[in-house]
Amino acid sequence: MKRPILYVLFAVAILLSALVAKNYFDSPNKIASGPTIGGSFTLVDHNAKAVTDADFKGRNMLIFFGYTYCPDVCPTAMQTISDALDILGDRPDIVPVFVSVDTKRDTPEVLKSYLENFHPSIVGMTGTPEQVVAAAKAYGVYYAIVEGSSGDPDDYLMNHSSITYLMGPDGAFITHFSHGTPPDQMAEKLDRMAK
Amino acid sequence: MNKLNTFLAAMIAVYAFSPISANAGDIMVMEPWARASSKMAKSAAAFLVIHNNGKQADTLIAAESDMSKRTEVHESYMEKDIMMMRHVDTVVIPAGGMATLKPGGYHVMFMGLKKPLDMGTTFPLTLVFEKAGKVTVNVKVQKAGAMGAMGSKGSMDHSKMKHAH
Repeated sequence: MKRPILYVLFAVAILLSALVAKNYFDSPNKIASGPTIGGSFTLVDHNAKAVTDADFKGRNMLIFFGYTYCPDVCPTAMQTISDALDILGDRPDIVPVFVSVDTKRDTPEVLKSYLENFHPSIVGMTGTPEQVVAAAKAYGVYYAIVEGSSGDPDDYLMNHSSITYLMGPDGAFITHFSHGTPPDQMAEKLDRMAK
Repeated sequence: MNKLNTFLAAMIAVYAFSPISANAGDIMVMEPWARASSKMAKSAAAFLVIHNNGKQADTLIAAESDMSKRTEVHESYMEKDIMMMRHVDTVVIPAGGMATLKPGGYHVMFMGLKKPLDMGTTFPLTLVFEKAGKVTVNVKVQKAGAMGAMGSKGSMDHSKMKHAH
Protein backbone atom coordinates (compact mmCIF):
# COMPACT_ATOMS: atom_id res chain seq x y z
CA MET A 1 0.00 0.00 0.00
CA LYS A 2 2.96 2.31 -0.45
CA ARG A 3 1.88 3.60 -3.84
CA PRO A 4 -1.17 5.68 -2.85
CA ILE A 5 0.99 7.49 -0.31
CA LEU A 6 3.58 8.19 -2.98
CA TYR A 7 0.90 9.58 -5.26
CA VAL A 8 -0.35 11.84 -2.50
CA LEU A 9 3.16 13.04 -1.74
CA PHE A 10 3.77 13.64 -5.40
CA ALA A 11 0.54 15.63 -5.73
CA VAL A 12 1.44 17.70 -2.66
CA ALA A 13 4.90 18.38 -4.11
CA ILE A 14 3.38 19.56 -7.40
CA LEU A 15 0.90 21.79 -5.58
CA LEU A 16 3.65 23.32 -3.47
CA SER A 17 5.87 24.01 -6.45
CA ALA A 18 2.91 25.50 -8.31
CA LEU A 19 2.29 27.83 -5.35
CA VAL A 20 5.93 28.84 -5.21
CA ALA A 21 5.92 29.44 -8.97
CA LYS A 22 2.72 31.46 -8.73
CA ASN A 23 4.19 33.67 -6.01
CA TYR A 24 7.28 34.11 -8.10
CA PHE A 25 5.40 35.07 -11.23
CA ASP A 26 2.92 37.29 -9.40
CA SER A 27 5.70 39.20 -7.76
CA PRO A 28 6.31 42.56 -9.38
CA ASN A 29 9.94 42.20 -8.41
CA LYS A 30 10.66 39.68 -11.13
CA ILE A 31 10.92 42.46 -13.71
CA ALA A 32 13.89 43.94 -11.96
CA SER A 33 15.07 43.70 -8.44
CA GLY A 34 13.37 45.89 -5.88
CA PRO A 35 12.53 49.53 -6.34
CA THR A 36 14.69 50.14 -9.39
CA ILE A 37 11.83 50.65 -11.85
CA GLY A 38 11.13 54.25 -12.64
CA GLY A 39 13.09 57.41 -12.24
CA SER A 40 13.69 60.69 -13.89
CA PHE A 41 13.35 61.22 -17.61
CA THR A 42 13.44 64.11 -20.04
CA LEU A 43 11.52 63.54 -23.26
CA VAL A 44 9.38 65.33 -25.81
CA ASP A 45 5.62 64.77 -25.96
CA HIS A 46 3.42 64.36 -29.04
CA ASN A 47 2.87 68.10 -29.15
CA ALA A 48 6.66 68.57 -29.35
CA LYS A 49 6.74 69.98 -25.84
CA ALA A 50 9.56 69.02 -23.46
CA VAL A 51 8.34 66.82 -20.60
CA THR A 52 9.98 65.33 -17.55
CA ASP A 53 8.88 62.90 -14.87
CA ALA A 54 8.16 65.93 -12.65
CA ASP A 55 5.24 66.86 -14.94
CA PHE A 56 3.49 63.65 -13.86
CA LYS A 57 3.98 63.97 -10.12
CA GLY A 58 0.69 63.86 -8.30
CA ARG A 59 -0.85 61.56 -10.89
CA ASN A 60 -0.57 57.84 -11.55
CA MET A 61 1.32 57.11 -14.72
CA LEU A 62 0.54 54.04 -16.82
CA ILE A 63 3.61 53.69 -18.99
CA PHE A 64 4.33 51.49 -22.01
CA PHE A 65 7.36 51.49 -24.31
CA GLY A 66 6.78 50.68 -27.97
CA TYR A 67 6.98 52.12 -31.48
CA THR A 68 4.37 53.14 -34.01
CA TYR A 69 5.66 50.95 -36.85
CA CYS A 70 4.81 47.96 -34.62
CA PRO A 71 1.70 46.44 -36.20
CA ASP A 72 0.68 43.93 -33.59
CA VAL A 73 1.70 44.29 -29.97
CA CYS A 74 1.64 48.09 -29.62
CA PRO A 75 -1.87 48.68 -31.05
CA THR A 76 -3.06 45.83 -28.82
CA ALA A 77 -1.45 47.44 -25.77
CA MET A 78 -2.84 50.89 -26.64
CA GLN A 79 -6.31 49.44 -27.21
CA THR A 80 -6.17 47.56 -23.90
CA ILE A 81 -5.25 50.77 -22.07
CA SER A 82 -7.95 52.70 -23.99
CA ASP A 83 -10.61 50.11 -23.13
CA ALA A 84 -9.53 49.95 -19.48
CA LEU A 85 -9.81 53.75 -19.23
CA ASP A 86 -13.23 53.65 -20.88
CA ILE A 87 -14.34 51.13 -18.27
CA LEU A 88 -13.04 53.34 -15.45
CA GLY A 89 -14.65 56.50 -16.80
CA ASP A 90 -13.29 59.94 -16.04
CA ARG A 91 -9.98 59.40 -14.23
CA PRO A 92 -7.73 62.42 -14.53
CA ASP A 93 -5.58 60.87 -11.80
CA ILE A 94 -4.36 58.21 -14.27
CA VAL A 95 -2.20 59.34 -17.21
CA PRO A 96 -1.36 56.73 -19.84
CA VAL A 97 1.99 57.25 -21.54
CA PHE A 98 3.35 55.70 -24.73
CA VAL A 99 7.13 56.12 -24.95
CA SER A 100 8.55 55.41 -28.37
CA VAL A 101 11.82 53.50 -28.51
CA ASP A 102 12.06 54.36 -32.21
CA THR A 103 13.64 57.81 -32.14
CA LYS A 104 14.46 57.76 -35.83
CA ARG A 105 10.93 57.35 -37.19
CA ASP A 106 8.68 58.43 -34.32
CA THR A 107 8.65 62.20 -34.40
CA PRO A 108 6.09 64.03 -32.22
CA GLU A 109 3.98 64.47 -35.36
CA VAL A 110 3.98 60.73 -36.14
CA LEU A 111 3.13 59.94 -32.52
CA LYS A 112 0.26 62.42 -32.50
CA SER A 113 -1.20 60.94 -35.65
CA TYR A 114 -0.81 57.39 -34.28
CA LEU A 115 -2.47 58.20 -30.96
CA GLU A 116 -5.54 59.71 -32.61
CA ASN A 117 -6.84 56.17 -32.93
CA PHE A 118 -6.72 55.57 -29.19
CA HIS A 119 -7.89 57.07 -25.90
CA PRO A 120 -7.52 60.86 -25.98
CA SER A 121 -5.74 60.93 -22.63
CA ILE A 122 -2.71 58.95 -23.87
CA VAL A 123 0.45 61.04 -23.96
CA GLY A 124 3.00 60.07 -26.61
CA MET A 125 6.67 60.62 -25.91
CA THR A 126 9.85 60.45 -27.90
CA GLY A 127 13.20 62.17 -27.71
CA THR A 128 16.80 62.04 -28.72
CA PRO A 129 18.39 58.57 -28.74
CA GLU A 130 20.20 59.47 -25.52
CA GLN A 131 17.00 60.63 -23.81
CA VAL A 132 15.14 57.47 -24.76
CA VAL A 133 18.05 55.24 -23.74
CA ALA A 134 18.03 56.92 -20.33
CA ALA A 135 14.25 56.58 -19.90
CA ALA A 136 14.27 52.93 -20.99
CA LYS A 137 17.14 52.20 -18.63
CA ALA A 138 15.25 53.77 -15.72
CA TYR A 139 12.32 51.47 -16.41
CA GLY A 140 14.37 48.34 -17.11
CA VAL A 141 13.02 48.31 -20.65
CA TYR A 142 14.83 46.40 -23.37
CA TYR A 143 14.64 47.34 -27.05
CA ALA A 144 16.66 46.69 -30.16
CA ILE A 145 16.35 47.04 -33.90
CA VAL A 146 15.99 43.67 -35.62
CA GLU A 147 19.01 43.68 -37.91
CA GLY A 148 18.31 42.69 -41.47
CA SER A 149 14.54 42.83 -40.97
CA SER A 150 14.28 44.49 -44.37
CA GLY A 151 16.53 45.82 -47.07
CA ASP A 152 15.11 49.30 -46.61
CA PRO A 153 16.62 51.56 -43.94
CA ASP A 154 13.15 53.00 -43.20
CA ASP A 155 11.38 49.67 -42.79
CA TYR A 156 12.94 47.95 -39.83
CA LEU A 157 11.36 45.98 -37.01
CA MET A 158 12.12 46.25 -33.33
CA ASN A 159 12.03 43.89 -30.40
CA HIS A 160 10.94 45.50 -27.16
CA SER A 161 9.64 44.88 -23.66
CA SER A 162 5.89 44.47 -23.65
CA ILE A 163 5.08 45.32 -20.05
CA THR A 164 2.92 48.24 -18.93
CA TYR A 165 3.95 49.78 -15.61
CA LEU A 166 1.77 51.63 -13.13
CA MET A 167 3.71 54.31 -11.30
CA GLY A 168 2.26 56.17 -8.33
CA PRO A 169 1.77 59.93 -7.82
CA ASP A 170 5.18 59.98 -6.09
CA GLY A 171 6.80 58.35 -9.12
CA ALA A 172 7.27 55.03 -7.35
CA PHE A 173 6.50 51.71 -8.99
CA ILE A 174 3.11 50.24 -7.97
CA THR A 175 2.51 47.25 -10.24
CA HIS A 176 2.84 46.01 -13.80
CA PHE A 177 0.60 44.46 -16.45
CA SER A 178 1.84 41.70 -18.71
CA HIS A 179 0.99 41.85 -22.39
CA GLY A 180 -2.38 40.19 -22.96
CA THR A 181 -3.99 41.39 -19.73
CA PRO A 182 -7.69 41.84 -20.61
CA PRO A 183 -8.99 45.45 -20.34
CA ASP A 184 -11.48 44.60 -17.59
CA GLN A 185 -8.73 43.08 -15.44
CA MET A 186 -6.52 46.07 -16.06
CA ALA A 187 -9.38 48.43 -15.13
CA GLU A 188 -10.10 46.52 -11.94
CA LYS A 189 -6.44 46.48 -10.88
CA LEU A 190 -5.99 50.16 -11.76
CA ASP A 191 -9.03 51.08 -9.73
CA ARG A 192 -7.76 49.07 -6.79
CA MET A 193 -4.08 50.00 -6.90
CA ALA A 194 -3.85 53.52 -8.28
CA LYS A 195 -3.16 55.98 -5.47
CA MET B 1 -35.44 21.17 -55.76
CA ASN B 2 -35.62 19.46 -52.43
CA LYS B 3 -34.56 21.13 -49.22
CA LEU B 4 -31.09 19.62 -49.19
CA ASN B 5 -30.34 20.85 -52.69
CA THR B 6 -31.61 24.29 -51.83
CA PHE B 7 -29.39 24.29 -48.80
CA LEU B 8 -26.36 23.13 -50.76
CA ALA B 9 -26.99 25.71 -53.47
CA ALA B 10 -27.27 28.38 -50.80
CA MET B 11 -24.03 27.23 -49.18
CA ILE B 12 -22.23 27.25 -52.50
CA ALA B 13 -23.56 30.72 -53.18
CA VAL B 14 -22.38 31.87 -49.76
CA TYR B 15 -18.88 30.52 -50.30
CA ALA B 16 -18.67 31.63 -53.90
CA PHE B 17 -19.81 35.18 -53.42
CA SER B 18 -19.09 35.94 -49.81
CA PRO B 19 -16.73 38.86 -49.38
CA ILE B 20 -15.38 37.29 -46.20
CA SER B 21 -13.90 34.17 -47.69
CA ALA B 22 -12.07 33.01 -50.75
CA ASN B 23 -10.86 29.60 -51.80
CA ALA B 24 -8.68 27.77 -54.25
CA GLY B 25 -8.94 24.00 -54.30
CA ASP B 26 -8.77 22.77 -50.74
CA ILE B 27 -7.62 26.05 -49.26
CA MET B 28 -10.16 28.48 -47.89
CA VAL B 29 -9.24 31.86 -46.42
CA MET B 30 -11.75 33.25 -43.94
CA GLU B 31 -12.37 36.61 -42.30
CA PRO B 32 -9.42 38.62 -43.53
CA TRP B 33 -9.14 41.86 -41.60
CA ALA B 34 -6.59 44.55 -40.95
CA ARG B 35 -6.07 47.28 -38.42
CA ALA B 36 -6.66 50.83 -39.52
CA SER B 37 -3.47 52.84 -39.73
CA SER B 38 -2.84 56.44 -38.86
CA LYS B 39 -2.35 58.94 -41.64
CA MET B 40 1.41 58.90 -41.24
CA ALA B 41 1.82 55.16 -40.73
CA LYS B 42 4.35 53.28 -42.82
CA SER B 43 3.24 49.83 -41.72
CA ALA B 44 0.08 47.82 -41.19
CA ALA B 45 -0.93 44.25 -40.45
CA ALA B 46 -3.64 41.90 -41.65
CA PHE B 47 -4.98 38.81 -39.96
CA LEU B 48 -7.02 35.87 -41.25
CA VAL B 49 -7.79 32.19 -40.89
CA ILE B 50 -6.72 29.60 -43.45
CA HIS B 51 -8.59 26.30 -43.65
CA ASN B 52 -7.20 23.32 -45.48
CA ASN B 53 -9.96 20.87 -46.41
CA GLY B 54 -7.58 18.66 -48.37
CA LYS B 55 -5.85 15.41 -47.51
CA GLN B 56 -2.41 16.94 -47.88
CA ALA B 57 -0.75 19.72 -45.97
CA ASP B 58 -0.25 22.98 -47.85
CA THR B 59 2.11 25.84 -47.16
CA LEU B 60 1.68 29.60 -47.30
CA ILE B 61 4.83 30.77 -49.04
CA ALA B 62 4.18 34.43 -49.84
CA ALA B 63 1.78 37.35 -49.59
CA GLU B 64 1.35 39.99 -52.28
CA SER B 65 -0.33 43.37 -52.22
CA ASP B 66 -0.22 46.78 -53.86
CA MET B 67 -0.69 48.49 -50.53
CA SER B 68 2.96 48.49 -49.55
CA LYS B 69 6.48 48.28 -50.86
CA ARG B 70 6.84 44.87 -49.27
CA THR B 71 4.24 42.41 -48.05
CA GLU B 72 5.53 39.60 -45.86
CA VAL B 73 4.34 37.06 -43.33
CA HIS B 74 5.67 37.83 -39.87
CA GLU B 75 5.39 36.29 -36.47
CA SER B 76 5.26 38.02 -33.09
CA TYR B 77 6.47 35.91 -30.21
CA MET B 78 7.27 36.53 -26.58
CA GLU B 79 10.57 35.84 -24.89
CA LYS B 80 10.69 36.75 -21.21
CA ASP B 81 8.22 39.63 -21.58
CA ILE B 82 10.06 40.95 -24.62
CA MET B 83 7.95 40.98 -27.75
CA MET B 84 10.02 39.83 -30.69
CA MET B 85 9.12 39.90 -34.36
CA ARG B 86 10.51 37.93 -37.23
CA HIS B 87 9.87 37.32 -40.88
CA VAL B 88 8.72 33.76 -41.55
CA ASP B 89 9.24 32.05 -44.89
CA THR B 90 6.40 29.57 -44.58
CA VAL B 91 3.30 28.78 -42.58
CA VAL B 92 2.13 25.16 -42.84
CA ILE B 93 -1.60 24.45 -42.96
CA PRO B 94 -2.02 20.81 -41.94
CA ALA B 95 -4.29 18.47 -43.90
CA GLY B 96 -7.84 18.93 -42.63
CA GLY B 97 -6.57 21.65 -40.33
CA MET B 98 -6.15 25.38 -40.17
CA ALA B 99 -3.67 28.14 -39.51
CA THR B 100 -4.71 31.31 -37.76
CA LEU B 101 -3.03 34.65 -38.29
CA LYS B 102 -4.04 36.76 -35.30
CA PRO B 103 -2.65 39.45 -32.98
CA GLY B 104 0.17 38.05 -30.89
CA GLY B 105 1.05 35.42 -33.49
CA TYR B 106 1.32 35.40 -37.25
CA HIS B 107 0.29 38.39 -39.37
CA VAL B 108 0.66 39.65 -42.88
CA MET B 109 2.95 42.65 -42.55
CA PHE B 110 2.74 45.59 -44.93
CA MET B 111 6.09 47.38 -44.88
CA GLY B 112 6.40 50.75 -46.52
CA LEU B 113 2.66 51.41 -46.62
CA LYS B 114 1.76 53.52 -49.64
CA LYS B 115 -1.44 55.02 -48.24
CA PRO B 116 -3.28 54.78 -44.93
CA LEU B 117 -5.74 51.96 -44.29
CA ASP B 118 -9.02 53.66 -43.41
CA MET B 119 -11.54 51.93 -41.20
CA GLY B 120 -14.46 50.42 -43.11
CA THR B 121 -12.60 50.14 -46.41
CA THR B 122 -11.39 46.95 -48.06
CA PHE B 123 -8.36 46.09 -50.16
CA PRO B 124 -7.21 42.99 -52.02
CA LEU B 125 -4.50 40.73 -50.64
CA THR B 126 -3.12 37.71 -52.45
CA LEU B 127 -1.80 34.73 -50.54
CA VAL B 128 0.42 32.29 -52.38
CA PHE B 129 0.27 28.63 -51.42
CA GLU B 130 2.68 25.94 -52.48
CA LYS B 131 -0.07 23.62 -53.76
CA ALA B 132 -3.24 25.68 -54.05
CA GLY B 133 -1.52 28.58 -55.80
CA LYS B 134 -2.82 32.10 -55.40
CA VAL B 135 -5.85 33.04 -53.35
CA THR B 136 -6.99 36.66 -53.38
CA VAL B 137 -9.13 37.97 -50.56
CA ASN B 138 -10.68 41.33 -49.76
CA VAL B 139 -9.34 42.51 -46.45
CA LYS B 140 -11.73 44.56 -44.33
CA VAL B 141 -10.15 47.38 -42.35
CA GLN B 142 -11.23 47.45 -38.70
CA LYS B 143 -10.32 50.02 -36.08
CA ALA B 144 -6.67 50.52 -35.13
CA GLY B 145 -6.71 48.40 -31.98
CA ALA B 146 -9.21 45.76 -33.13
CA MET B 147 -8.56 42.23 -31.90
CA GLY B 148 -10.71 40.35 -34.40
CA ALA B 149 -12.59 40.49 -37.67
CA MET B 150 -15.57 42.16 -36.05
CA GLY B 151 -13.57 44.54 -33.89
CA SER B 152 -13.06 44.09 -30.18
CA LYS B 153 -16.36 43.73 -28.45
CA GLY B 154 -17.72 46.59 -26.47
CA SER B 155 -14.87 48.98 -26.97
CA MET B 156 -15.26 52.51 -28.18
CA ASP B 157 -14.07 53.89 -31.46
CA HIS B 158 -11.65 56.53 -30.35
CA SER B 159 -10.91 57.69 -33.85
CA LYS B 160 -14.33 59.30 -33.88
CA MET B 161 -13.92 60.96 -30.52
CA LYS B 162 -12.99 64.55 -30.10
CA HIS B 163 -9.36 64.93 -29.23
CA ALA B 164 -7.81 67.28 -26.78
CA HIS B 165 -4.31 67.03 -28.17
